[in-house]
Amino acid sequence: MTTTLPEAPATGLTPEPLLIELSQPGVAGHQLPTLDVPAADDDFPLQVTRPRLELPRLGELDVIRHFTHLAQRNYSIDSVFYPLGSCTMKYNPRINEDVARLPGIAHIHPLQPEETVHGALELMFELQRLLAEITGFQATTLQPAAGAQGEFAGMLMLRAYHRARGDTKRRKVLVPDSAHGTNPATAAMCGFYTVAIPTDPDGNVDQARLEAELGDDVVGLMLTNPNTLGLFERHLRDVTDAVHRAGGLVYGDGANLNAILGVVKPADMGFDCLHINTHKTFSTPHGAGGPGAGPVVVGELLEPFLPVPVVARRADGRFTLDLDRPASIGRLKGFHGHFGILARAYTYIRLHGADGLRRISETAVLNANYLRALLSDLYELPYDRTCMHEFVLSARRQKQRNGVRTLDIAKRLIDFGMHPPTIYFPLIVEEALMIEPTEAESRRTLDTFVAAMRRIAEEAGTDPSLLLNAPHHQVVGRLDEVQAARKPIVRW
Amino acid sequence: MPDFTQLAPSDREAMLAAVGISDPRDLFADVPADARYPALDLPPALAELELERHLGELAARNVSARDWSCFIGAGAYDHYAPAAVGHIMGLPNFYTSYTPYQPEVSQGTLQAMFEFQSLVCELFGMDAANASVYDGASAVGEAVLMAQRISRRDRVVLAGSVNPQSRAVVSAYVSGRNVELVSSRVVLDGELREERVVDLIDDDTACVVVQQPDYFGHVRDLNGLAEIVHQRGALLVVGVGDATSLGVLKTPGDWGADIATAEGQALGLPLQFGGPWAGLMACRAEHIRQLPGRIAGQTNDHESRRGFVLTLQAREQHIRREKATSNICTSQTLLAIGITAYLSLMGPAGLREVARQSHAKAVYAAGRIEQLDGYRVLTPEPFYNELLVETPLDGETLRHRLVDKRLLAGVALGRDFPGAGLDGAILLAFTERQTRAQIDQLVEALAEVTA
Repeated sequence: MTTTLPEAPATGLTPEPLLIELSQPGVAGHQLPTLDVPAADDDFPLQVTRPRLELPRLGELDVIRHFTHLAQRNYSIDSVFYPLGSCTMKYNPRINEDVARLPGIAHIHPLQPEETVHGALELMFELQRLLAEITGFQATTLQPAAGAQGEFAGMLMLRAYHRARGDTKRRKVLVPDSAHGTNPATAAMCGFYTVAIPTDPDGNVDQARLEAELGDDVVGLMLTNPNTLGLFERHLRDVTDAVHRAGGLVYGDGANLNAILGVVKPADMGFDCLHINTHKTFSTPHGAGGPGAGPVVVGELLEPFLPVPVVARRADGRFTLDLDRPASIGRLKGFHGHFGILARAYTYIRLHGADGLRRISETAVLNANYLRALLSDLYELPYDRTCMHEFVLSARRQKQRNGVRTLDIAKRLIDFGMHPPTIYFPLIVEEALMIEPTEAESRRTLDTFVAAMRRIAEEAGTDPSLLLNAPHHQVVGRLDEVQAARKPIVRW
Repeated sequence: MPDFTQLAPSDREAMLAAVGISDPRDLFADVPADARYPALDLPPALAELELERHLGELAARNVSARDWSCFIGAGAYDHYAPAAVGHIMGLPNFYTSYTPYQPEVSQGTLQAMFEFQSLVCELFGMDAANASVYDGASAVGEAVLMAQRISRRDRVVLAGSVNPQSRAVVSAYVSGRNVELVSSRVVLDGELREERVVDLIDDDTACVVVQQPDYFGHVRDLNGLAEIVHQRGALLVVGVGDATSLGVLKTPGDWGADIATAEGQALGLPLQFGGPWAGLMACRAEHIRQLPGRIAGQTNDHESRRGFVLTLQAREQHIRREKATSNICTSQTLLAIGITAYLSLMGPAGLREVARQSHAKAVYAAGRIEQLDGYRVLTPEPFYNELLVETPLDGETLRHRLVDKRLLAGVALGRDFPGAGLDGAILLAFTERQTRAQIDQLVEALAEVTA
């Protein structure tokens, strides 16, 4: 007779209990020192105290094991190729992490007197300057917490610019139909409405359709360049000039900045501002979905409206948080931005210098074009041009001939030990696969990805069930998302 | 120069050939020639060794809360985080992964998000939480927009004792909309007085926002407030001050809140000069479809194995675009994981002890400060762990003088409360971290700098 275990031990590969299921009465994971001042336990009258508090009770080892198991249930950049288009999943250098943990970076309070945070203010001041130089702009706000908040800051500045000129009737924002969903959502948060501009057959903004929408009701255009098809707008200056002629401004979505570092400055192409995703271009970790940071760089037209605070240099050479900016759009989050993330971005830029940054973009673009060249015979390439740092394939052929969809191809890639590309985006490409390898990958990794994609295309013809039932070796199979949304269970 | 690329020269040549070009510059033919390869005025690249030295020097020019005692609060608190929290946030499979778009290879993140949401609901006494927003201040901003969507009204009443950072963010968040923002006035008139928010509610009011403990550390009796707010058809938003107070204090749910928010920093996250932290946000069940941000939900796979997915995505920008509940894309997942680790290490007894000790230290400090000439504690009792203190000097001057005593102490209020008579006051915060000796040192320094 074999002894049965009371429960199968979780290893990360077997189901991991919830924290609350691991809880054991009477166990504690941390002990504070004994209180060294008189207790004041009876201060709070009953009408303000909580009757109960049910948190899990675990020892430190079991907490560590739980999170270790959870981490084992993730794919990450450190473990696998992660060509998630539009997200720039590049390597996160470890020096960044060490810098962020220095006590003088990690343990400073945002409201300390300025004479006790000179180093932090100098770092921010320098980063403002570096980001403005890389993009060709005049000034920078480091405050936005993420790209989407950078968009919000930027569009509020566009609004403030028009209003400062007494122009209150502009409410129309033009957004290409290939844009990220955050663009129209941001415009709506600013009280604007959006009009989608179609993409022409070459993958550029349709100039004629754009011009037809331009008028004195237009706030501006929100434009991602390179665009979400991975293409550099061929008539970019014509586009930005046309918007300016109508009195509008051009907001730049800098999600794809990694393609053009040191290659072209967005300000030189007619953008009036640009947000930067430090977690994409400047290697700050994506953190399982945040934190990011979304600095915005602006030209002189928009500088007066920057959120507060801006780090300024005083006449005596000292750095200060400038809060006296009467035309400012105000404050979008508490304090001064995601300093811990900004310190990492600063580190990364200083590690590279101008030539290093240029080499990053050249390599990112080369890697993407290499994959494009080796995959465009088996998968449709709706816009067949030299791409920038990413490109978009379509699985329309596989869908028509083999009855498999992009989703199935993505799930099968998981079986080959790779994170799938971004799928079903941009919306204008049917069965889209948006592939961004970044500069960080070796040719061997790229070749392995090509081999996997080619094999999957073969399997789609010979044994489509391999795709339809993928992934085969993960801790869970495809999950019922309809049930999750219909009867939401969002807590234990 | 380390650029973290991994192509040998021979690889580059072969790859260029595969693409059909010989010069990498040909990849950028679509960029107008006159704008291509601009001069870039950046400092020269540094080797990792040089960079470690440079950043070490910059960091050393800051005084950290590990160098001197820190009695600054006002929205960020120097509580102790068990060592394990940082190590859990440092697990590479968390911090080098991204939003869990592919749930089969993101179950770790998704389960952690679900656990975080559960803990936030428990702390807040609410039904449903998101997986975090940017920070506590933007959580209040999002809560106001959410209340506006639910009530379809355009007037917002903010208590004057809400953190000024949050009030400023609300003001910016609603600036693009036709919203009337009304704030109750705070004034020092012998004692600290605040206009009653209930006197500002009308039938067009979308929501009333209060903070507990409030910005001045006061633990308010909110009994009956929700009834009045609800009678006028408005929503009650309760923003929590120092989140560790939830170890002992009634929850926003207990007070009848419809939406609850907090800055999560106090729950195990480093100060980091202001971020990244995480905004906690929860609501009653009936409003879940108006909640912004990422939400993890439990479901099953075809073999009935439990699993987690991003759910209710029809609320979000990538599906709904201009009709989304918010433009927010990422949550602060890594920080949410840190908070989840913190709360599971502390457990209910540990969190209660943090609250108990933080409060006891503030009580001890208040007793000693009251004995100083020219000083008076203005925060009414009961208070949690922060004290508004009237001083014989200008608050800003005082704080700089305390720097000479090697203390990080006090937030001045003159700028954020113009005309309120608070120019001579400072806000002091206490946590379990400060010893009695450190508090004694602060009290002595206060006496000396005004002597």
